[in-house]
Amino acid sequence: MRKTDTTTPSFPVRAAAAAAALLGAGLLAACGGEDPETDRAAEAAGPAAASVTVADAWVRATEEGMSAVFAVLENGSGTEARLVAAESDLAAIELHEVVEAEGAMVMQEVPEGFTVPAEGSHELAPGGDHLMLMGLSAPIVAGDEVTVTLAFEDGSELEFTAVAKDFEGGDEEYEPGRDGEM
Amino acid sequence: MEPQRKRLNRRGLLGAAGGVAALGAVGAGATALARGSDGTEPAPPPATTVPFHGPHQAGIATPAPSRTVLLALDVNDDVDADRLAAVMRLLSDDAARLTRGEAALADADPELAAEPALLTVTFGFGPGLLDRLGLPVPGGAGHLPAFTVDRLEDAWSGGDLLIQVCGEGDLAVSHAVRMLVKDSRSFATVRWTQRGFRQAPAGGGTPRNVLGQIDGTSNPDPGSPGGGAAVWFGEDAGALAGGTVMVVRRMRTDLDRWDRLDEVGKDRVIGRRIADGAPLTGEHEDDPVDLEAREDSGLLVVPTNAHVRRAIDAGETILRRSYNYDEGPGPNGAPDTGLVFIAYQADLGQFTAIQERLAEADLLNDYAVPIGSAVFVLPPGCDEDGWIGQEVFA
Repeated sequence: MRKTDTTTPSFPVRAAAAAAALLGAGLLAACGGEDPETDRAAEAAGPAAASVTVADAWVRATEEGMSAVFAVLENGSGTEARLVAAESDLAAIELHEVVEAEGAMVMQEVPEGFTVPAEGSHELAPGGDHLMLMGLSAPIVAGDEVTVTLAFEDGSELEFTAVAKDFEGGDEEYEPGRDGEM
Repeated sequence: MEPQRKRLNRRGLLGAAGGVAALGAVGAGATALARGSDGTEPAPPPATTVPFHGPHQAGIATPAPSRTVLLALDVNDDVDADRLAAVMRLLSDDAARLTRGEAALADADPELAAEPALLTVTFGFGPGLLDRLGLPVPGGAGHLPAFTVDRLEDAWSGGDLLIQVCGEGDLAVSHAVRMLVKDSRSFATVRWTQRGFRQAPAGGGTPRNVLGQIDGTSNPDPGSPGGGAAVWFGEDAGALAGGTVMVVRRMRTDLDRWDRLDEVGKDRVIGRRIADGAPLTGEHEDDPVDLEAREDSGLLVVPTNAHVRRAIDAGETILRRSYNYDEGPGPNGAPDTGLVFIAYQADLGQFTAIQERLAEADLLNDYAVPIGSAVFVLPPGCDEDGWIGQEVFA
C-alpha cells in the first residue's frame, strides 16, 4: 500500500527531467562530486531514480520543529546509486546518520550522502540513517502523507510519499556541529 | 529403502563414532528425498495467517480463533471524514502487515509481529459517527431499541470505531492491539475494551460457553447463497455490498444462580441438552428442533419460554461468533463472567426481531443479563491497493 512505484514518476516527465538537471547540476557542483567516470556508468545503467524503489516509507508525526522520514531504498540495478539530497515542500531536509559521541547517540549530517548498493538496499530507520526534516512549515498529523523528492548524484530525481505515524522511539540528540555544509 | 542401507554399509566402513552420528542425518535426508521423488510431499504445516484482503473483512466468516479483543473508540469531535479516511488508510496498512506476520510501519517491537497465529483485524463504524459526519447508514443499521431486560452500562456500550482483533496467540493479539491503539491516539480515545475467549472442542465442533452450553449451533454458512444473504449487505447497499452489521452484547451471567439448577432444569431453560447440544426433541446437535412435540402428559417438550423456542419463533437468521469473558472473582468469590455475544447480519432488524422475542420471555434471562450493547457498520473488505472504509469516507 505504501510502496511507491518509482519507475513512473507521478509528475510530468519533462518537468521532472528539467528539474532534475537543474537540481543535479547544482548539487554536484556544491558537493564537488562531478566525476566523469560515475556519470558514464550511470548513463550506461540508466538513471538511479529509475532503478531505486522506496518501500515502507513513513514520517514521524509532530506538531512543530523537526521530524524524520524513514524507508527502505532498494536498488534493482547493477550500479550503485548515491542519494545526495532530498527535498519537501514541508521542510528543509538533511541526510542524517546517528553516531556515538561521548557515550551518547547523536545525529549528524552526512555530506557525502547515502549509497544504495547495486542489487542491494539501504535502510533509513530510527536510530540509524534518516532524512531529517528541519523547520516544518506545518504540523504533521498521523495519517498525513508527506511528499519527498530524492536527488541522486547522477542528477535523477525520485518522488515518493511517506505516511505519518506517531512514534516515540529513536530519541537521539541532534548536534548540528560537525558539518552543516555540503 | 535399499539405497539407504547401501549407504549405511559404505559409511559404516569409516568406523568412527562421529561417522555414525552423521549417518543419522544423511539417512533422514535420503528418506526425505525419496519421499519427494514419489510425489508424496509431507503435509504442509497448518496455516498461521488469515488473508486480510478479500471481498469481505476477515474475522466475520473466518473460523473464530480462541481469543478476541474488541476495542470501541470514540472519535474526537474535530475529526472530519477526510481525516478519518487518512487514519483508516493507516490502520488498514497496520492490519494488513500484522496479519501476514510483518511488523507495522514504526513498530517499536517488530519481533512481536513475526508469529501472527491466525491474527485477524476487523473494522467497523458506529452509526452515531456516520450520523455525525452526515454519511448514510446502511442495512437498517441504526440504533437498537431499549429492551426490557437491558441493564446497560456506559462502560460497555456504544462507540464510534470498532477494532476487533482475533487470534490464537495472546502475544500477537496484544501486540496488534497495542500498535492499532498507538495509531489511533491522535484522533480517538478508548471507550471500552472487551476481551473474550472460546475453546474449540479437541475433536472439532461447536464450543461450549461459560454456562456449559454448546453455543453456536445451526449458524448459517455465509458462503452459501442463503447464509450470505442473511449476513452480507446486498447490492442495494451499493458500494457497501459485502459488508455487514455487527452487534456486540455483553451478557453478565449469574453462575451462582445457574449452579442451583440441576441438569434437567438447565436443559429446559435452553431447550437443548447441556450434555450434547441436541434439541430436547432430537438425538444429535444438528437435528431440527420440533417445537410441536409434546410429552405424554400433553406438555410441550421444548418449554414455551425455552431460549431456543423464543429465538426460532422470530424466524430470523444471524451469524453468531460469540466469546466468553472472565474478569476473575470478586472478594467474596462471586464470578464476573459472561458472554461477549457477537452477531453479524445484513440488517439490524434480524437481530432486533430475535432479541425482542427473547426479552419478552426467555428462561435464560434469569441467568444472563445484557450489560453492554453496541452496533457497528462493517464495510466490505478491500484489495491490496485499498483500505477498509474507502466506500464510507472517500
